[in-house]
Amino acid sequence: MRLIVSGRHGPALFLAAFIALMAAAVAGCGGSGGTARNTHMLQSLGRGEGQLNLVEWPGYVEPQWVKPFEQQTGCIVHNKDAGTSDQMVLLMRTGQYDGVSASGNATERLVDGGDVSPVNVNLVPNYKTIFPDIKNQPYNTFGGVHYGIPHGRGANLLMWRTDHVHPAPLSWSVILDPSQAAKYRGNISVYDDPIYIADAAVYLKTHDPSLGITNPYELDSKQFNAAVSLLKQQRPNVGEYWSDATKQIQSFASGDDWVGTTWQYQYFQLAGKKVPVAISPASEGFVPTEGATGWSDTWMISSHAKHPNCMYKWMNWIVSPMVNAEVAQYFGEAPAQSLACQPATLEAAAKVIGYPPDPHFCDEYHAGLPSFWSRVYYWQTPTTNCGDSRGNVCKNYNDWVSAWTQIKG
Amino acid sequence: MQSAEALAPASPSVGRRVAALFHGRPRLTVGALLGGPLGWLVIGYLGSLAVLFAAAFWNVNALTGEVVQTFTLGNFKTIFSESVYRTVALRTVGIAAAVTVTDALLAFPVAFYMAKVARRRGKAVLVVAVLMPLWSSYLVKVYSWRVILSSGGVLDWALHPLGISGPGYGNLAVWLVMSYLWLPYMILPIFAGLERIPDSMIAASEDLGGGPLITFRRVILPLALPAVVAGSIFTFSLTLGDYITPQLVSNNDFIGTVVFSNITNNLPLASAFATVPVVIMVIYLLIARRLGAFEHL
Repeated sequence: MRLIVSGRHGPALFLAAFIALMAAAVAGCGGSGGTARNTHMLQSLGRGEGQLNLVEWPGYVEPQWVKPFEQQTGCIVHNKDAGTSDQMVLLMRTGQYDGVSASGNATERLVDGGDVSPVNVNLVPNYKTIFPDIKNQPYNTFGGVHYGIPHGRGANLLMWRTDHVHPAPLSWSVILDPSQAAKYRGNISVYDDPIYIADAAVYLKTHDPSLGITNPYELDSKQFNAAVSLLKQQRPNVGEYWSDATKQIQSFASGDDWVGTTWQYQYFQLAGKKVPVAISPASEGFVPTEGATGWSDTWMISSHAKHPNCMYKWMNWIVSPMVNAEVAQYFGEAPAQSLACQPATLEAAAKVIGYPPDPHFCDEYHAGLPSFWSRVYYWQTPTTNCGDSRGNVCKNYNDWVSAWTQIKG
Repeated sequence: MQSAEALAPASPSVGRRVAALFHGRPRLTVGALLGGPLGWLVIGYLGSLAVLFAAAFWNVNALTGEVVQTFTLGNFKTIFSESVYRTVALRTVGIAAAVTVTDALLAFPVAFYMAKVARRRGKAVLVVAVLMPLWSSYLVKVYSWRVILSSGGVLDWALHPLGISGPGYGNLAVWLVMSYLWLPYMILPIFAGLERIPDSMIAASEDLGGGPLITFRRVILPLALPAVVAGSIFTFSLTLGDYITPQLVSNNDFIGTVVFSNITNNLPLASAFATVPVVIMVIYLLIARRLGAFEHL
């Protein structure tokens, strides 16, 4: 059977088919047909729909508090972990999920993209007792409209090996001031994400007041270039950029990295393995002195939500005192719910998740201390809008991404 | 009941009708057989490539990161005008070439032993040994290399008596790990290529007075070269596209890591940069075809 397309016509046919396909691809994608978006606020709560699909940070949706939720509401939870804010945005755009635990560098993108709906906080009774300083914030309230229920918050931290780093650092200059960082050349660990440019901006806010930085996510060209150039100077001193928590844990345990930026999670893991590490903020006060970047997470409801009633039930459930105390201790973050900080609730919650009782948990995480949080700059999506009289001259997130590529080279 | 009765006598005739349809029509038979896989290849495989190329000419909404379907050449302009993308592309190609050469040098003696020296039993053991690393998880292998390369790790310890230390994490580490990861893909085609060389040719060369070196240079190498080139297609393209190893054992950006970091926020730019390895591979494959590698894949 000599039927296989062969000889001289093979490549030509192939090419023709390919070009036809390309044309079809371009034409076919022209009309972006989406499912109906519902950007109206729910006015009254009905019966649960029996199902709930969530996108969350790893550790936010765990059986200890999901099982009782399912029993009480009849909403069966299906969930998907996301590792980065970018991934969360991408998953929410599929329209297959009812809600997401978005950090501040995702919320604005979701709102502007029409991927989420406003939240009627009157349908979430536990909203009333949430700490007032995380309500009505620029990352969860847009144009006076609430777009989510605060879940919890934390600061990005400075961690160091106590056997290698002396004296204990009090400032980010240990990794950002080129002359000081040179001392630990090759042993510095830095978060591998464009949002890290904000950490340099937080540092410059204190150390170069002439730049006039007020918000580390709203940087005009001059401020932005200063931050980027600081990070380019930091580059040769960096031992490793980490994007994956496991990678950083291994580097600190093996002694490759001695000092760098981290999350609470890695510290817990390392301390559990008896690696000599210390972390900021220490219980004696806020270290580093400049303040720090951080995150404040918000549960948002999708504009494509097929199970809105279950989602509202979930938002109320996750910030109920007991459950919020469980998730905060499980994950290592400050709870959003003020009633979660009652010692009895904290102890009972610790018992549920199998952790040792810690009635002072909220003090350690400064949960109810606004003066502490006033120095934490929550992740926010950088946009051209500077949010003040400078107008639309600020660097947007794409500028941040390409600058990050330039820095790492 | 009624429908079942209606169907029962009908089904053999359907089968017969189908059989009659294909009888004496070889083109149709082949078409029906190949339609599925070919359709998958064209739509699923080439189709996604086509979408990739199309996306490279689109724009992106700066705030939401949503793709806006308006035509622009801006992405290609960025890639060609900003030196960092050139550096990254050159670094990636350089490492891919180094890995390919390293693997070829390591693989040839192993493959030669497997094909021409080892007995049947030894051959089987070696084939299994070469394939074995492919059965374990890629991530586990790369993380083990992280441990080997870490300061005070196995490599440092082994090199310490010589007064030198390991390379640490960086380009050298990427080269080492990639060479390890893709070695089986080089050994197997060379092994297959060498097996095809009849022993009688080697004997003839020796009979004609060719020493081992001459026999190798003038008989074995020319005959095995297409197989080496075939293996190099794997090692080269796999290194070109990988984005996990560079992230884990170096701080430098490679084509894969740049694509990865842009894919969620700036898909068009990621697509434009992703065309770079495609173009490089097309050129590479054209050269490989010249060298007759396609008969040895």
